[in-house]
Amino acid sequence: MARLRFILPTLVILVLIGFLGFGLTRDPSVIPSALIGKPAPEFAVPRLHLPDQLFTQAELKGGVSVFNVWASWCVACRAEHPLVEELAARAQARVYGLNYKDERANALGWLARYGDPFAKTAYDFSGEVGFEWGVAAVPETFVTDRNGIVRFKQVGPIDRQTLEQKILPLLARLAGEGQ
Amino acid sequence: MRRAVLFFWMLACLSSAFAQPPDLPAGQEARYQALIAQLRCVICQNRSIAESDAPLAEDMRTLVASQIKSGQSDAQIKDYLVQRYGEFVLYKPRFNATTWLLWTGPPALLLLGIFVIFLLWRRVRTRAEPPPPDSDEIARLLKEDNRTE
Amino acid sequence: MIPELGHFALVLALCLSLVQSLLPLAGLRTGKDHWMAVAAPAAAGQFLFLVVAFVALGWAFYSNDFSVAYVAANSNAGLPWYYRLAAIWGSHEGSMLLWVLMLAVWTVAVAAYSRSLPRDVATCVVSMMGLISFGFLLFTWLTSNPFGRQFPAPEHGQDLNPLLQDPGLIIHPPMLYMGYVGFSVAFAFALTALITGRVDSAWTRWTRPWTTGAWLFLTFGITLGSWWAYNELGWGGWWFWDPVENASFMPWLVGTALIHSLAVTEKRGIFQSWTVLLAISAFALSILGTFLVRSGVLISVHAFATDPSRGIFVLALFTAVVGGSLLLYAWRAPRLARGGEPVHALSREGLLLMNNIFLVVAAAAVLLGTLYPLVADALGLGRISVGAPYFNLVFVPLTAPLLLLAGFAGSMAWKRTRWRTIVQRLWVPAVVAVAIAVLLPLVALGTTSVAAFAGCVLGTWAICASAEELWRRSRGSRMMWSRGVVGMTMAHIGAGVLVIGISLVTAFGSEHDVSLQPGENASLAGYDFHFQGVKDQTGPNYEARVATVDVYRGEQQLATLYPEKRHYPVRGSVMTESGIDVGVFRDLYVSLGEPLPDNAWSLRLYYRPFVRWIWAGGLFMVLGGFLAATDPRYRRLRHREKKFAATSERGHTAPA
Repeated sequence: MARLRFILPTLVILVLIGFLGFGLTRDPSVIPSALIGKPAPEFAVPRLHLPDQLFTQAELKGGVSVFNVWASWCVACRAEHPLVEELAARAQARVYGLNYKDERANALGWLARYGDPFAKTAYDFSGEVGFEWGVAAVPETFVTDRNGIVRFKQVGPIDRQTLEQKILPLLARLAGEGQ
Repeated sequence: MRRAVLFFWMLACLSSAFAQPPDLPAGQEARYQALIAQLRCVICQNRSIAESDAPLAEDMRTLVASQIKSGQSDAQIKDYLVQRYGEFVLYKPRFNATTWLLWTGPPALLLLGIFVIFLLWRRVRTRAEPPPPDSDEIARLLKEDNRTE
Repeated sequence: MIPELGHFALVLALCLSLVQSLLPLAGLRTGKDHWMAVAAPAAAGQFLFLVVAFVALGWAFYSNDFSVAYVAANSNAGLPWYYRLAAIWGSHEGSMLLWVLMLAVWTVAVAAYSRSLPRDVATCVVSMMGLISFGFLLFTWLTSNPFGRQFPAPEHGQDLNPLLQDPGLIIHPPMLYMGYVGFSVAFAFALTALITGRVDSAWTRWTRPWTTGAWLFLTFGITLGSWWAYNELGWGGWWFWDPVENASFMPWLVGTALIHSLAVTEKRGIFQSWTVLLAISAFALSILGTFLVRSGVLISVHAFATDPSRGIFVLALFTAVVGGSLLLYAWRAPRLARGGEPVHALSREGLLLMNNIFLVVAAAAVLLGTLYPLVADALGLGRISVGAPYFNLVFVPLTAPLLLLAGFAGSMAWKRTRWRTIVQRLWVPAVVAVAIAVLLPLVALGTTSVAAFAGCVLGTWAICASAEELWRRSRGSRMMWSRGVVGMTMAHIGAGVLVIGISLVTAFGSEHDVSLQPGENASLAGYDFHFQGVKDQTGPNYEARVATVDVYRGEQQLATLYPEKRHYPVRGSVMTESGIDVGVFRDLYVSLGEPLPDNAWSLRLYYRPFVRWIWAGGLFMVLGGFLAATDPRYRRLRHREKKFAATSERGHTAPA
């Protein structure tokens, strides 16, 4: 017992080293979404192509959906765009876009130039929808299930590995979920 | 790639911001300043939204100002942000199942320390004072003391 | 050619550090004197080669040799020469070189002054430092070699991070590293104590000046860092509880505890194992700080560019050095513990015991808060943040009692003191302290509050009680001005001044965001700020927009401030330079924000009462540390011990 007093510092330091070692495997700047497991936030904004029609969170319900936040001024969005198109072609899910803090003409031109994989695109000029969704920086991509619950969030551009190993398997699983 | 993108965003983090002072009723500005100093920017992650130049921090400041104007309490405003951006935005974490050790750790350690002091002091009392040495012994001890000094 | 020379010198230093550590240890084990004798010359050689390496890197910077990758990444021909030299430690690789150079400086100093120590102790200390040096040199050489070349050499360098282009940078890191690394001396002494099994008052007398020396450098480094952050970051703050600041603060807290517990161990021969543990911890926290700053496990303002292999290496080094020494502690420390000596509540050792508890708990709280986000993430509890509001709330109640204790330092005697003596000596300082605490903010600032009074009274109490000690000693007959005591008193006065500064700037500091057009004015805390407009200016390596702000109080103009926004084209970054009117009782501070429509600019005005007192307090502490560390008492005793050691050695070894 008296001896324990002298061994205690070693034990404390071992635990500390364990945590520090774990810390090395993590990127501290990546923050998981606060929305995971929660219903998609409510919003209603005009559609990009049809300004007199509204796009609301209700759209995301009833099926597995991918919600991709992008802007024409965002360089990384262009880099991930081919993968978003591939995703739209391969996935058993509807892919929606959220155009974030953008000029409508620029956004439409961008889609015309690089291709439009989105079933519908919401137009968030002020960034309020992005704020509701906890968007920090575009691009970001969300996956919601058929009940409109947020299940996944990708911060930053989608890369090949994320697409193949995370997003597509998740979409397949979610598609099978309530059947 | 992810690091590269974040880095791109963090370029905005090198300079400090305070672009537009919000239009707040007198007396609320101090509250606004205190609140935004306690909220962490999710892009410039080493800064509060008070200091951050990132566009999102500006959105957050605008939001805080408008919520203050519409009469929301500090706790409500924090709740609103936490729901969207997670506990990460709070520089002062709330007491909950995740943070109980953080908040109770220091006081618990202090209690332990005080307990140790108490033990050492008690040892004085339980050992009692030694019987007063006779004058010969005092003289002898004094001599010894001088030698070692 | 010269960079290769530096590289070669670095490798030679690495080899010598191995010689410096292993050969003398083997000599100690086998009793071979001439092996033990290698320690000091090897340390000197290692130091020499590191100086060569450092000068070589400095030359590469001075001569703009951009074929050296590190120089190209951190310098630019347009940079003034003094910043080019300071850029040596402007980033990871070069700062590691500075780190090991500092370690060599301390080692040589210990080797030079250790001639009075018993042979085995001196040898063991120097070889332990050689081991540490070997670990860090290996780290520098393998993962952070600053001498790597790149061909073809780029035409221009990428410039020094503009944040670091400030006179503060030139001296802040060297002072901080002197402090960090200086604790390695106490650490080496602690290991020696564990190996030889001796922690007597002689041991503490050898250890004390070195520990105080390291502490004073660390104090100076932290003070400079705070001053630099205030000047350079443009937020009017002097302490941000950033992980990197915490990394330097934790060893400071434990080092402060160590200085105090060494005093008890010297005078009363108790707490030996505790003192040894603190000595190990102070250096362990220094290495932990290195890990936190250089591995990227935490998000911080001034973290270095991260590289996983470096993190793994430093963690391995940390495990080896700290884990190894704590195992040694677990094995050998029970023999040091004599247990048993009673500690009376009203005695100097009782006071110092409480001091140690508060300081160590405060250090643990800082450690907990700094690492908690990491722990929460590891346990899958999500990402959380622990920032200034947490630390202020937890830290202040833990440190406020320390000031209260500091006031008793002079009048509390060893072993036992009577209440009546204390009351007799301290009632006058207590009354004076309360009076000053009320009057100081009222006279200087025209206002006061309960919180400000509470903080001030702690500060004035520490100052007045210390002043009483000085006054008493100046009238006493014997041992009046022992440097150690004066140093202690100075440091306590410094702590008091610091706390007054913190309390008043926190209670009455204010800031105000404004947008002004030229000719408009704004007021804050009774001062009027007249904005005159913004002009363009060209610096040596930047373009600046400089605002002119006249400060008035009533009709009288007090100062003209020139806050700037600088654009450094090489890195494309923008820095704010604040305009500050410095005063004993208040600073007026203006940062320039963004241009707005209609020629207007956003400005942030700060009123910072008593902020200078924070750094003045830090400097007092440094001065106190300097007086205590250079107390001739230690040298005198050393001579006596040397004679003693020499005679006892002659007793059982044959003359060489």
